[in-house]
Amino acid sequence: MSEPITSVKTFTSVWVALLILTGVTVTVAYLNLGAFSIVVALVIATIKSILVALFFMEVRYSPAITKIVIIAGILWLLILLLLSLTDFASRSWSLGL
Amino acid sequence: MHASQTAAHELRHHFADMDQQRDTASFGMWIFLVTEIMFFGGLFLSYMLYRFLYPTAFLEGSRHMNIRLGALNTAVLICSSLTMVLAVRCVKINQRKLTVIFLLITMLLGFAFMGVKAIEYHEHWVAREVPGPAFQFEGTDPRHTQIFFSLYFAMTGLHALHMIIGCGLVLFLMINAWRGAYNSEYYNPVEIGGLYWHFVDIVWIWLFPLLYLISHQHVGGGF
Repeated sequence: MSEPITSVKTFTSVWVALLILTGVTVTVAYLNLGAFSIVVALVIATIKSILVALFFMEVRYSPAITKIVIIAGILWLLILLLLSLTDFASRSWSLGL
Repeated sequence: MHASQTAAHELRHHFADMDQQRDTASFGMWIFLVTEIMFFGGLFLSYMLYRFLYPTAFLEGSRHMNIRLGALNTAVLICSSLTMVLAVRCVKINQRKLTVIFLLITMLLGFAFMGVKAIEYHEHWVAREVPGPAFQFEGTDPRHTQIFFSLYFAMTGLHALHMIIGCGLVLFLMINAWRGAYNSEYYNPVEIGGLYWHFVDIVWIWLFPLLYLISHQHVGGGF
């Protein structure tokens, strides 16, 4: 019984926040923000993921070792994505294809 | 003393107590989910690189996504995550009937998601947007738009496969919960089933903007 029981109100608040953020991301997609709109879309997706992980998956009550594993997983994903992108973004041949 | 007797029965001999057993189960699930992050990560990498190489082709492909149905499915999944989390909460406070009801709603929302997805797949099939010999697309770069649709079907298809597995897991949990297998001392199967369900929700949270919402960006301006 070590885990506290989260109140229904907390869960429904997170649920409402997630629905609002979905509405915002759809609305922003229809506005012409140029290259900035992808940034907004990714930031909103990040916030939504963090909300789901912290509250629905209760990472905020997880032991430290679980948090380390999650952070390591995200770190490895970023290595996969960003390091690959540096290669494509820094070579002229990639644009000539 | 019923709870502690049940706990003794459910406690595997290699764990010190129920807390340790539960933490270990969650930890194991998270290890699996991290491998899932890398599994989907390969597809997200492909998406990122091809979008980087052929931005116009991806933009034109994305214009043929049904944003309304995509947004509806996002809402359906968020609602299913809420009912899932409420099911976990109910099992923790020994509310057996409510646990079963919330798991049932979660599963039905999962079915609703796949139903909407099937409608979308059908639309793409009719519009000849399924990659292959029959692929037809009116655009400036149909050859590379086909890559967009290949990734669309691969990513949403893999996600749908996870949804099917998730619905099976929830059904399994629902039957066991109905039989009274879980209580406030022993609920890790429901909890880690919930972790899986929320993870699949998070994957969709990323797929939705990346596949559906790029079409209305840069309109007129190009990349």
